[in-house]
Amino acid sequence: MQRLAHLQTLEAESIHILREAVAEFERPVMLYSIGKDSSVMLRLAQKAFAPAPLPFPLLHIDTTWKFREMIAHRERMAKEVGADLIVYTNAEGLAQNINPFDHGSNKYTTVMKTEALKQALSKHAFDCAFGGARRDEERSRAKERIYSFRDRFHQWDPKNQRPELWSLYNGRISLGESVRVFPLSNWTELDVWLYVWRERIPVVPLYLAKARPVVRRSGTWIMVDDERMRLEPGEKPQNRVVRFRTLGCYPLSGAIESTATTLPEVIQEMLLTALSERQGRLIDHDEDASMEKKKREGYF
Amino acid sequence: MGSERELIQSDIEAFLRRYQEKELLRFVVVGSVDDGKSTLIGRLLYDTGSVYEDQLAAIRKATQLKGTDIDLSLITDGLAAEREQGITIDVAYRHFSTDKRKFIIADTPGHVQYTRNMATGASTANAAIILIDARLGVLQQSRRHGYIASLLGIPHLAVCVNKMDLAGYDRATFERIRSQFLSFTKNLSFVDVTFFPISALDGANCVHRSPLTPWYGGPTVLEFLDSVPVHGARDLEHFRYPIQYVLRPSLDYRGFAGRVASGVVRRGDTVLVLPSGKESRVKAIDTMDGELEEAFAPQSVTLRLEDEIDVSRGDMMVHPADRPRIGRAFDAHLVWMHERALETTKTYLLKHTTQTMRAEVTQVAWRKDMDTLEELPASTLGLNDIGRVTITAHRPLFFDPYETNRETGSFILIDSITNNTVAAGMIIGEAAATTRWSAPLGAPGPDAIANKRDMGEPAVGEGMTLRQLLAFLRRHRLCVQSSASASGAPQSAVVGFAVSDDLELVFDTIGTSRKMANLRRDPRVAIVIGWDEEQTVQLEGVADEPQGAELSKLKAAYFHVYPDGVERQSWEGITYVRVRPTWARYSDFRAGRHIVVEWNEAELKQAP
Repeated sequence: MQRLAHLQTLEAESIHILREAVAEFERPVMLYSIGKDSSVMLRLAQKAFAPAPLPFPLLHIDTTWKFREMIAHRERMAKEVGADLIVYTNAEGLAQNINPFDHGSNKYTTVMKTEALKQALSKHAFDCAFGGARRDEERSRAKERIYSFRDRFHQWDPKNQRPELWSLYNGRISLGESVRVFPLSNWTELDVWLYVWRERIPVVPLYLAKARPVVRRSGTWIMVDDERMRLEPGEKPQNRVVRFRTLGCYPLSGAIESTATTLPEVIQEMLLTALSERQGRLIDHDEDASMEKKKREGYF
Repeated sequence: MGSERELIQSDIEAFLRRYQEKELLRFVVVGSVDDGKSTLIGRLLYDTGSVYEDQLAAIRKATQLKGTDIDLSLITDGLAAEREQGITIDVAYRHFSTDKRKFIIADTPGHVQYTRNMATGASTANAAIILIDARLGVLQQSRRHGYIASLLGIPHLAVCVNKMDLAGYDRATFERIRSQFLSFTKNLSFVDVTFFPISALDGANCVHRSPLTPWYGGPTVLEFLDSVPVHGARDLEHFRYPIQYVLRPSLDYRGFAGRVASGVVRRGDTVLVLPSGKESRVKAIDTMDGELEEAFAPQSVTLRLEDEIDVSRGDMMVHPADRPRIGRAFDAHLVWMHERALETTKTYLLKHTTQTMRAEVTQVAWRKDMDTLEELPASTLGLNDIGRVTITAHRPLFFDPYETNRETGSFILIDSITNNTVAAGMIIGEAAATTRWSAPLGAPGPDAIANKRDMGEPAVGEGMTLRQLLAFLRRHRLCVQSSASASGAPQSAVVGFAVSDDLELVFDTIGTSRKMANLRRDPRVAIVIGWDEEQTVQLEGVADEPQGAELSKLKAAYFHVYPDGVERQSWEGITYVRVRPTWARYSDFRAGRHIVVEWNEAELKQAP
């Protein structure tokens, strides 16, 4: 009997979304954040257009504070996939040395991520940006469309989103407007990990437990990834066996203590500890409903 | 994920292998905050262990502020704006899983914007849960929800009679509501309707069977969700493959990427490409992970054909013996989703499968009164209205009735100026009566009148716009065309023609015909159309025999007007003539004087 298991159903749906967007937009780009979701999205894009090369470039917003292992992974994957990789940094923010220590996670994220992303999208006149966000990630995302409409200022207005029925996506926009397209909308964190495991997709080793130099801050472990990490008086890096559930800028990404050194072990731990994955992200805890605020401003 | 915990602990890889084989069921839950919808969803998530510890802690904290037990409705609490208002304002999607299945819930609010939201959530669902308050019984709202679920083609309906705790778990109450609602749904198109006496608050019969309803022998809500058919909703009989994208990485690879909308295709199958009518055989079904022997809905694949035939996005592959309906005019149910009401004089964009084209809603047959569910005469549809309409598209659609195929029977309408999605449509079938550019009922505003003049029939003595010229040509099927013979003497013939969106005329003929011999020698041609209504259009232009994509497009336009042309395709020496007008004149004698409008080649090229 012809039936698809749920992961195959999700895969087929994501491929359909990727192809629709590429067919209907003039200048699509894939926001590649190097994390597990981006890795899955990249594989799905390869599947959607094989044997042809990717019909769009990858865009990485480099805040200059990413883990070194992430950057190494980015270079390796772009080469392996044969993708055109655009790396963008907010030059003005860099010149002003905007960093997570002096300016706080909120301002730093606004300048080096949100603003940088908007600048990059405008500079290249991209009218469609694929993102790896999922509806199960955070409450404000449960209502996000697969095609998320952004105005000329890249802003998201929850009251001005288009109804989305069946698999008929409306990609019509006026000049300057754009659409964020989320092919993984209907995936859960478990689906993503399962797919990484099943498809043997390479991921950044930071997801697996290993002894790493860390310090304890705000109830989580922050990794001392390079000499720029500012230590508080009396704070001393210690070696702990930790791993990361989500990856971002190292001073803002909390690690958890873990012994999971393989993917199945990571999944096992995730299922048994039952804490939502964004817990390790410091920016979500800034204030209640902070993610929704960031989205309105143009962050993913 | 409750009972899987042991397996996760003892053998994670075995769990993962099992987990990836789970089926996916999408269902929609409809009801208002008062019905306890959020509590029911919270209950399903909570009792299946799908709520994270940190989320629970946050909910406990919030609940303590309110001074009650844990408030399950807070699990699905969404945007800050709506939390302040205390209502859900948009469709939200939630996930949970059991040992057997993975679920995606479309959580749709019952109050504000219910039609728009419910239609959205229901469009991808295979089952619906409707909540009825046991104390209030079947309300208008319950019928409304049932009607929309049925209209959107949901096969399986679960009716949860909620708040049974407040009705003393009384069997008679439950049975009364059941028979009342059944007498309503018997006229709707559900495959099955199942009733559950529940209390989302206490958890009765949601996930666990309740000892308080010993008289109830049926399944719990979760047991229903675990066993309701997922497949079968997918039509595996009629192969429909809308082309999304053509992959041409090299000269020797041409793959047609798409998702099987319905049915099954196997390697070696003969397929027919619409609209060109060309046939070929499937050479390979490609995926990045290797070739497949067969592909079925809803798989995304890439097909390669044995012959080099022209196929592009918007085309559809089918089996030759099992064709969809082809046509430009059809009747449909329309759910209007925008504040700005439907205008029968306006041109919208219509997206259907992978095609987007211009279309007009030429007629509104009725509007549903959402309180009484009566069909009322109407001339327009406003926000959250549902009605039956006739639509005329500028190009043919390859469709099936929505009832039999949700993928090829659905479409959306987009406002071509604001780009908003303004309506969702479900095709009923070919238009019941051929509608021309008839005046809408009711009194159109001044805007609409100006618009109509631009669109439809030219008013007496007022000349003609380019758009009206196109409409005039579309209304006609016959013309007299004249060509020059070898001696220079004119020769005329009556010819059946069709007109393309670009204002080109097309007809078929045999290569050995007199006119064909003339046109191949001298492509100049003169044409007269419409001589019986005191209005005439004269055209002069150049004839040619287009090939490739241009030919496919013109043939589609021609077959729409002359379906018998499809048969003639196989005739020996058949060819297709295109006439590109270089000059046109419209004459109107109806006012007792001669009104003339002329266009030159450049002006004609600006045809809408």
